[in-house]
Amino acid sequence: MVARQSSWIGALGLIGLCTACMPWSASNAAENNPPERIVSMNLCTDQLLMLVAAPEQVRALSHLASDDTLAVMSEEAAKYPVNHGRAEEIYLMKPDLILAGTFTRHTSINLLRELGIRVEQFSPVRSLDEIPANLRKLGAIIGREEAAERLVEAFENELALAKESARTNKVPAAVYYANSYTSGDRTLMNEVMSAAGLENIAKRLNLSGTKGLPLELLVMEAPEVLITAREMVHPPALAHEVLRHPALYNTIHSQGEVAIDSKYTICGLPSVNVAVEMLRIAGDRVARTPEEKQQ
Amino acid sequence: MNLRIPYALLVALLGLAVLCAFVGSLSVGPAQIPFTEGIAALFADDGNPVAVVMQDIRLPRAVLAVLIGISLGLSGAVLQGYLRNPLAEPGLIGVSSTASLGAVIAIYTGLSVAFPLALPLMALMGAAIAGALLNGLAGQRGHTLTLILAGVAISSIATALTSLALNLSPNPFAAMEIVFWMLGSLEDRSMQHVWLALPLMVVGWIMMLSLGRALDALTIGEEAAMTLGVNLKRLSFIAIIGTAASVGAATAVAGAIGFVGLVVPHLMRGLVGHQPSKLLLPSALGGAIMLTVADIGVRIITPQSGLKLGVLTALVGAPFFLWLILAKRRSML
Repeated sequence: MVARQSSWIGALGLIGLCTACMPWSASNAAENNPPERIVSMNLCTDQLLMLVAAPEQVRALSHLASDDTLAVMSEEAAKYPVNHGRAEEIYLMKPDLILAGTFTRHTSINLLRELGIRVEQFSPVRSLDEIPANLRKLGAIIGREEAAERLVEAFENELALAKESARTNKVPAAVYYANSYTSGDRTLMNEVMSAAGLENIAKRLNLSGTKGLPLELLVMEAPEVLITAREMVHPPALAHEVLRHPALYNTIHSQGEVAIDSKYTICGLPSVNVAVEMLRIAGDRVARTPEEKQQ
Repeated sequence: MNLRIPYALLVALLGLAVLCAFVGSLSVGPAQIPFTEGIAALFADDGNPVAVVMQDIRLPRAVLAVLIGISLGLSGAVLQGYLRNPLAEPGLIGVSSTASLGAVIAIYTGLSVAFPLALPLMALMGAAIAGALLNGLAGQRGHTLTLILAGVAISSIATALTSLALNLSPNPFAAMEIVFWMLGSLEDRSMQHVWLALPLMVVGWIMMLSLGRALDALTIGEEAAMTLGVNLKRLSFIAIIGTAASVGAATAVAGAIGFVGLVVPHLMRGLVGHQPSKLLLPSALGGAIMLTVADIGVRIITPQSGLKLGVLTALVGAPFFLWLILAKRRSML
């Protein structure tokens, strides 16, 4: 019994050693030659990869990347082969680097790591600062530092332009998704809102992350701008019915509804600037109207 | 349970209790609004947030609880009298689940977006098809046992088809909404729902309330009732279509809510005796009280996440019902 146990521990130790040494040796190799057969398993890393990498470095993208409701770069993604996140199909693609999200299929990723393939994981982006950081991180991993630097510069210039507004006051605003969910503190949407000069009412209610917000509480905070996700609403479901509730339209400003395509805010990519600009314009529009009335 | 009070007094007391429950329902919700301020805001004309919460969110919810409670209580009393079976209720004869199926088809195909009235009408159609099928299966004389077996079968098929339709919908949210259609909820309903459901419900109530005398005659047996001049075909038509109209409309806006139609007539029978015609009005009011109180409970137990109404009505209704069965057996011994 003891002997069996110790041999098990030995085996575990060996596996541990292997998994510990593999990424190290792989990254050593990467320093000499940048990876040439990269497979991405996550919608957000798919698009990050298309931005930073040279097209010939990309071996395959996840099947979500070519869905035009989810991905900003869906047209470009259609040019590449597709994977469905299964270890078997990915291994047969003989990748030298796999990109994944931190919540992507743990079992598949662990298996691929044990098979000696280098896996780099990216956590979901919760702030605007993480966007340049992720571009640079991927640039360094795949030997495209210069391309990453150019993207960062362009992103920062565009963001500055998108934020530009004569308005100084923050307009109260709320995000409302299907089934009464909202984005609170520590979400990318929250950062996009504050960059656009909006004050997220979910923060006043101490909501953090994506949380349920009863319609009554939303109405009591009296937001002037209401941000909804323009999602697939056909065929319809009850989940979207709350977004058509009369109480909402008796609360928000008559011009206060902005529907944003979710693809701009799902992933932390430079295209998030499109959302910043849309929200900033909505805030300006609402803030201007009462003054015009007074004059 | 021989607690007899004069019929008029009983109806007046029940009416008063409905009013209290209604006001109570208006004062409960996630937003902390002081009672007097809330009631004043109901009549305010400005668009401030308190007025919007009271008029657009809480009022339709409280009104629907009363309307749906009346429909369920009344149809329970009618069905128990008509089928002469203490287990009868809209859920049992398949009316609620076929109404759900009709509503699900109307909503998830997009039909109700193009034509809002399609929602209650499809639910009514579903319920009426169940009624017609039942009449066909149970034969001209509406035999009780066959009718109830047929009801159970129809209800299972309708529930399965509802789940299938929602699972097949490409909308990712649809499958999660199976729970709503099976357990019911009044969360975030609006005045639009009230106006959609009210006309059909009222038609159903009038039809069912007109059945008092015929149901009384039926207590002495089908043949005897026929000799008293009761048209059994007409009785079964009105009972089934009346139930289909009011329960169909209720289900279309709030999902299938069980146990109200089962428990309330039993409770009221202890107060008014065994005469079906006297049971109708008290059961309607009792249904309104039970559903409104259940809806207050839902909001107090889990203010943030929408607990489904049917969970609470079953939690309260089922143990009570078991106790009732035991009490009945004891009195029979």
